[in-house]
Order: sequence, then structure tokens, then C-alpha cells
Amino acid sequence: MRYLPLTEADRRSMLEAIGVPSVDELFRDVPEAARLSGPIEGLSNHMGELEVDRALSAMAGKNLPAGSVPSFLGAGAYRHHIPATVDHLVQRGEFLTAYTPYQPEVSQGTLQVLFEFQTQVSLLTGMDVANASMYDGATACAEAVMMANRVTRRKKAVLSGGLHPHYRDTTTTDARFIGFETVVMPPAPTGGEDLLAEVDGDTSCVVVQNPDVFGHVRDYTELGKACQAKGALLIVVVTEAVSLGLLTPPGEMGADIVAAEGQSLGNALNFGGPYVGLFAVKEKLVRQMPGRLCGQTVDADGRRGFVLTLSTREQHIRREKATSNICTNSGLCALAFSIHLSLLGEEGFTRLAEINHAKAVQLADKLAAVKGVEIVNGSFFNEFTVKLPKPAADVVEALARRGVLGGVPASRLFGGGLDDLLIVAATETNTESDMDAFATALAEVL
Amino acid sequence: MSMNNQGRPTGIQSADSAVPETVTGNRGLQIEEPLIFEQDSAGRCGVDLPEVPAVASRLGAVKPRGRIGLPGLAEPQVVRHYTRLSQKNYAIDSGLYPLGSCTMKHNPRLNEKMARLPGFADVHPLQPESTVQGALELMSELGRWLATLTGMAAVTLAPAAGAHGEMCGIMAIRSAHDAKGDKGRTKILVPESAHGTNPATAAACGYAVEAIPATEDGRVDLEALKAKLGPDVAGLMLTNPNTCGLFERDIITIAEAVHAAGAYFYCDGANFNAIVGRVRPADLGIDVMHINLHKTFSTPHGGGGPGSGPVVFAESLAPYVPVPYVVQDKDGAFRLVEQAGDGPAFGRMKAFHGQMGMFVRALAYMMSHGADGLRQVANDAVLNANYLLARLQDVMTPSFEGPCMHECLFDDRFLKGTGVTTLDIAKALIDEGFHPMTMYFPLVVHGALLIEPTETESKASLDQFVTALRALAERAKSGDVAYFQGAPRLTPRRRLDETAAARKPVLRWSPVVEQEKVAAE
Ligand SMILES: Cc1ncc(COP(=O)(O)O)c(C=O)c1O
Repeated sequence: MRYLPLTEADRRSMLEAIGVPSVDELFRDVPEAARLSGPIEGLSNHMGELEVDRALSAMAGKNLPAGSVPSFLGAGAYRHHIPATVDHLVQRGEFLTAYTPYQPEVSQGTLQVLFEFQTQVSLLTGMDVANASMYDGATACAEAVMMANRVTRRKKAVLSGGLHPHYRDTTTTDARFIGFETVVMPPAPTGGEDLLAEVDGDTSCVVVQNPDVFGHVRDYTELGKACQAKGALLIVVVTEAVSLGLLTPPGEMGADIVAAEGQSLGNALNFGGPYVGLFAVKEKLVRQMPGRLCGQTVDADGRRGFVLTLSTREQHIRREKATSNICTNSGLCALAFSIHLSLLGEEGFTRLAEINHAKAVQLADKLAAVKGVEIVNGSFFNEFTVKLPKPAADVVEALARRGVLGGVPASRLFGGGLDDLLIVAATETNTESDMDAFATALAEVL
Repeated sequence: MSMNNQGRPTGIQSADSAVPETVTGNRGLQIEEPLIFEQDSAGRCGVDLPEVPAVASRLGAVKPRGRIGLPGLAEPQVVRHYTRLSQKNYAIDSGLYPLGSCTMKHNPRLNEKMARLPGFADVHPLQPESTVQGALELMSELGRWLATLTGMAAVTLAPAAGAHGEMCGIMAIRSAHDAKGDKGRTKILVPESAHGTNPATAAACGYAVEAIPATEDGRVDLEALKAKLGPDVAGLMLTNPNTCGLFERDIITIAEAVHAAGAYFYCDGANFNAIVGRVRPADLGIDVMHINLHKTFSTPHGGGGPGSGPVVFAESLAPYVPVPYVVQDKDGAFRLVEQAGDGPAFGRMKAFHGQMGMFVRALAYMMSHGADGLRQVANDAVLNANYLLARLQDVMTPSFEGPCMHECLFDDRFLKGTGVTTLDIAKALIDEGFHPMTMYFPLVVHGALLIEPTETESKASLDQFVTALRALAERAKSGDVAYFQGAPRLTPRRRLDETAAARKPVLRWSPVVEQEKVAAE
């Protein structure tokens, strides 16, 4: 087998050095009743690279890659152009095949990347400090709520109806098992909501999203002030990181915690994962944060270097008293995010955001011209919601048959209801002819 | 001295071997690299983007964003920056990485290639199901392999890593008790030797954590366990093989005792690589177990992640899975169940459907080895660890009697009176070109050194490691403390001041910090 270097001769001589007649002897602590005498049935035997490639390529071939057709899906995962450099660098074995940087002297590469990543995330969100990543935006959101509960010593979270339903459900699932209360506002695809009315002396936090799941751009500045007055934290969720190139950053709106999805930068759609959760807070909350943190220090010769720090918050030191149980995070996805952002820089990132917005405006105009289609949003960044005269779930199926991936039905996210709403995104990857194809196909299927 | 015709010296001129101070601070292939923020030139950009189409803004009444502060670099500078940084990392691609409990095995590049096929990588998670049948088939097939290898009835692929899988398993246990109306179970039992995520998970799920001591032979103290079992215990979280690298001999008796008390048996399957293909966890009486695809099934660690932590369930807990999961209709089409309200599912663990990129890699690895090869994986992993144990046991102090499974545990008794610590040994190993073993874990022995070679090391590589480690053990015993305390000396950075880092945390670059530094100087 190509991944196994031991030869039969090696195995024999090693068994001899150990002083046992066979490898079976090394498994003698396994109860007899549970020992298997040969390979498990029902699974194929080993295969060469060619055979595996063929089998998996056949499976891949049954999917429709988003890039092969006009594609307008968002709702928490966005198709952006990733420069070739990103994947090349990410695949360097020194990054790809290293473990968590527990031995800093031989991990300065990963550590410096994390320090830079934390800085980039802080800058984008307008916050003081960011951690070294969470699993994804949804788990970051749930962790933010739990952190708010710890900080405020209160046990009720108010969740906006504009929060992505997967983020909402991840948070309410935790709430049920961990034992805190959640007030979930109904989705308000067209209007606003009175979150503040739900905030009382037990409320630890209010969770909002910007742009929200329907694409509306919100200003939470007043909400932030009101929360502060009531002793609750403001948690701002961002599912489209590129929007931070153009919109007021959450930090400037008074967010105490930002929980965001970083997939848009550097990371492919990957059918939903792995992605990278961004987690940023105000300075005073640092010691209550979940996850790893990289910090600057000096080495024995006085040279600048980096280490994992404040680990007394973490499970490997604090065990049942840790701020979170997270261990493995999204290191490599954070690296991809960081490289992509380094390539973009200030100019590129801002311009990318502007292009995204402009593409969405163009698309909105084209779709609004289709009979029966109504744009719901007063404001949006690169994603908006349209009202259709037919169930959106049927429409996307019909569009797919015409070779267009035409958005995400709200009913798929919310599990019924909102049947006539379709959430549509445009990015720099969409050409004018993609948009025309979408509008034409939509007119045909309505 | 020998010269060629043009006067170029061809021999070695000097035997002076002292490492010089260089003007740049660089040392040959080790190049100092400033932070990306210190390489900024306003207006420079590493991508070429088209003009922004002229449209009327629909952003609404938001304040326009001011300067963010991102540095501008051209593409070649970015490539060089990350390449240089990568060269400061040790990796499994470059050498033995015997971090116990972490399973640093070879990461096949076929897996990377497969995960990047556009049919997997360029697919949106919310595309119509009719356009993602191959992706759902892959999830279903991976689930079948995991269920078959473990003998379990059900599997969820949703959790993002091991700790997330633990959370999922504990939630399933809670759901099952709740379904029976059994609300009095407030405790989870966790052995002292457990990984930190186990107690952290149990506590995060609202349970009180009760520690179970270990016996002299490094295994769960069965009598102590039985004494703690009662109507207030929701479950036991046990790692098997355990974190001392030992198989829990009494595991079937343990399972029976747990079940007799009305509790469930959670197994931390992070060490499944030791027994894959040789033992099916279902046959040990386990109710629920997570599997780290980033350990047993070779998906790369990526400097900290991402991972993937599928969970397998016995019949007893099979109804209590999170969404989403894949089902197959009679006509053969695959469907995703995405809403918890549609069945007994207990909720949702994260956005979308799990770590698809890791699923592809893991399945590529499983298919490459096959049922026959995976058994050999376990055999060789265990053989390699026992070989190290045999070759090191006379100069170091094994904590427990062998045989071990996939990793061997030593403690620091062999360093007693030398002034040299476990940490010092680790740092000296770095200078010898090896990544150190896991240090100071598990917590049940003093100054732990936990060595996991994995099956992808050759005998020659193990022999070289043995030679280095034996020499270091002898050197420690000879009293050469200064050598150890000064190590490592040959790395891009020497020992780093972790105390200073934690006392006054600097967690990001900012122009202000840099100015303060200049002022201080
Ligand atoms: C024994 C054990 N359990 C649990 C975990 C947690 O897994 P993860 O890091 O994937 O969350 C690890 C690894 O870190 C481990 O070694």
C-alpha cells in the first residue's frame, strides 16, 4: 500500500525487537469477543490512485458546479473569484500539514499568519481584537451568545428575525441544551422589528445581522446605544465579509461582539464547508473569548516572535471551566482568507465591495423588469429578496432545468412559510449575460 | 587552495564554523519576514479588478466606510511573504511529528486533488437537490463506511471537529433521557486522563463533571466508576484506546455497568486509528462515538484546522441526530432533511451540511486503503508505537506496562534529579530536527511525554528518532542542564516568553503599538 512504508522484513524485525511473535499479540488487551479476524465485510478493498480518482470524479460529475452556469446563490455562502495564488500558497505542505502551533519555535509561520489574520479581522469589523477563528459563522454566533451570557451573568438572548435561520437554529439548539432562553423574532422580510421591546433586565444580548438574511442593509447604532443603556450586549452577525468593504463596520455601530462568516474571502463554496468563523470583540471582553489567540512576544534573544496566549481560557488548561470546548478551529481557511485579503489590500477590497454592490444593482434592475417580479428591498449590498407570483422552490427547480441557479428560496431556509420569496445574490463573478440569462429564464418559468 | 582557470575557488576555504551575525538578520535559508502590515505602500494592489459599473447606490442611508487600514502589496510580494512564513513551520511533509493524541500521519495529495474537483468544491450548499446528487451520494457513502467500520446504526456528518462531535453526542444523550422523561440525570462521568474537550463539552451542555480516577495500570478504576454510577448520571465519556495509549481492557464490563445504571456510554473516538478494521466500537457496547476525520482518516490539520467530527450512534440513540442528514428515496434519489421539525432530530450544529471538503478527502483515503488496508493501518500504527516503546524503555520511564496501542506514554521519572524537564527534552528534540511529542498530557502522570509515530513512518525514521532521544536522555542524565535550557538554538526563534505574552497581551498589529515601541527605545 502506497501510504505504508513498513516492509514485511521491517515488521518481522520490529516484532522481534518488541519480543512478540505477531502483531495480534499487541492487541491482546482487546476483549476476545470483540476481535475481528479479518477485513470488515461490505466495503471495497484497497484501490490505486487511478481507481479512486475515477470513482470520485464520477460522483463529482453528477453535480452541477456553480461556476459552469449563471449562478446567483448566497444566503450565507458566496461565490467569489479566488486568485490562483491563494490555493497555491495554502497547499504548501508547511502550512497544510502542520498541527496547531503548540511548539512556537517551529511554528512561527502559522503563528505570524494568525497574528496578521487577527489584525485583519479586527480592522474589517472595526473591533479591538479578534481570535484565531471558529468553525463557521453560525457556531461563532452561538458562541457569542454564550459569551454574552457569561459577561452579563444574564440568560436571555433576543434574536432578530433577520438572522440567518441556520445561525438562529445553531444558537437555539445550544440554548436548549445549555439552558438559556432565546426570544426569536419572526422574519420580517419587508419591514423592521422592535427588538428593544424584548430587552429587559434578564437580557444578555441582542443578535442582529447586517446585511440581514433578506439582504437589507441596517444601521444598528441606535440599537447599540439602547442595549448599552439596558446592560445588554449587541452582537452583530455578518455572513458576507465582502460587505465590510463598503458598509459601516459593526464596531462603529457599537457592537460588543461580531460573529461573522469569512468564506467569501479565499474559500470555495465547498457545498457548505469547511468555512471560517470570525470572532471579534471589544478590548475589555478579551478574557471571556472562546477559541485560540495568538499574541506577540520576544524570544530568548529579544527578537519579536509569536505564541498562543491567554490559554487559561481554554479547554486544555481549564477543562470544565473553559470558556468554550473548541479545540481544532479553521486554521487553513483563515490562512486562505488572510492571503486573499493581502492580495486585495485596501484598494482591492474596497473596489471588490463596490463591484459587488453594482452587480447587484444591475441584477435588481433586470429582474424588476420581469413581469410579476417585485424587489422587496429598500436597501441592499450584493443580495436582495424578490417576491414571485409562484412558490420560489418550484421556480428554482424550473430555473435549474434551464441551466440557471437562480437563488435560494426563503422557504428552504425558514422551513415553510415565505413561499413566494427568493433570495438572490450577485458577485463580481456574474457577467451581464449571466444576468440576462437569469432574467430571460425567470420570465419563461413564471 | 584549489582554483579554476578564472580564479574562482573550488575548495572549502575556511574551517571557521561559528554562526555569524549577519547584517540583515537573515541566516541563509532562514529569512526574517516583517508583518504584512509593515510592507504597505498606499495604492499598490495584488489583484486587477475591472472598473466599477456606474450605478446609483442602493446601500440606503449608511455612512460611507472610512479607511480600513489594509496594507497594499503586489502579488509577488504576497507570494514571497507567505512562502517565507511557511518556511518557519515544521510539518508532517517535512518530518516525524509524533504528537501523541493528534495523529499526525501522512496527508495524501490525491485527497487534495479530489476535494478540489469543481463538482465538489464549486457547489453551493443551497443549490436545488437535483443539481447536487453526487455530493449527497458522497455523504451517504462516507456515512456507510463510517457506520460499517464502527458497526453502528446511524451516523451524522454535521459536526465540524472532534469537540463539536462530543457536543453532538452529549446532546443526543440528553435528548434520549428527555424523551424518556428522565430529568434527574445531572452528571457526566469523565476519567482524569480525558482530553480537555471532554469535561469542557459536558460542562458546556449543562452537566456537572465528575472525575473517575485511573488505576495503577493506566485504565479506568472500575470499582470507582461503579461507585459513582447512579440515577443522577447521564453518561460516561471514555476515550478508547485511552489517552495513555492503552486499550481499556474492561470496556465491555464498563458498558454493562453504565447501561445497568440507565446511563449512556459516550466514547471519544479520537484514537480510533489504533483499532480501525480490527475492532468495531459497537461490539464494545458503545452507544455513541465521534470520529476525527482529521486524525484517523488523514485529512490535513492545516495549522489548527479545519477538521470534521462525524458521530456514530448505536440503535439506542439513533433517532437523536441533528439536521441535516441525507436520505435516499425509493427511486434512488438523495434528499437532504434540513429542518429539525421534520423528525426526531434534536436541532442543528452549524450552518449548512458539514465539512464537505473533509468528507471528500476522508473517503478518498478510505477507498485507497480499503477494508483490508485500514486493518493494516491499525496494525502498523500499533507496531510502530510498540517498537518505540521497546527501544526507549531502558533509558526513559514508561508510565505503564505494555503493550501500548498507537502511542506510548513516558513520564519524567527518568529526569529526576537531573534538573532537566520534559519541556527541555522537547526543545532539544527540535534542534535534532524532530517535532516534539505531546508534553504534559495526559494529566495522570508527571511530566508526560506522549509519543504517537503513526503508521506512515518508516523504520529508518523511527530508528533515527530513537537514536536522538536516547542520546538526549543520556545527556540529561550526565547533568548537562545548560545544554537543555538553552535549546532550541537552531530554529527561526529560540524559546519565546509566554509569560510576557499573557501579562500584557498584544493580539494585533497596530501603528500605535509600533510607535510606542520606537518611543520606548
Ligand atoms: C483524545 C482527544 N479527544 C478530543 C479531541 C478534540 O478534537 P478536535 O480538536 O477535533 O476538536 C482531541 C484532539 O485534539 C483528542 O486528542
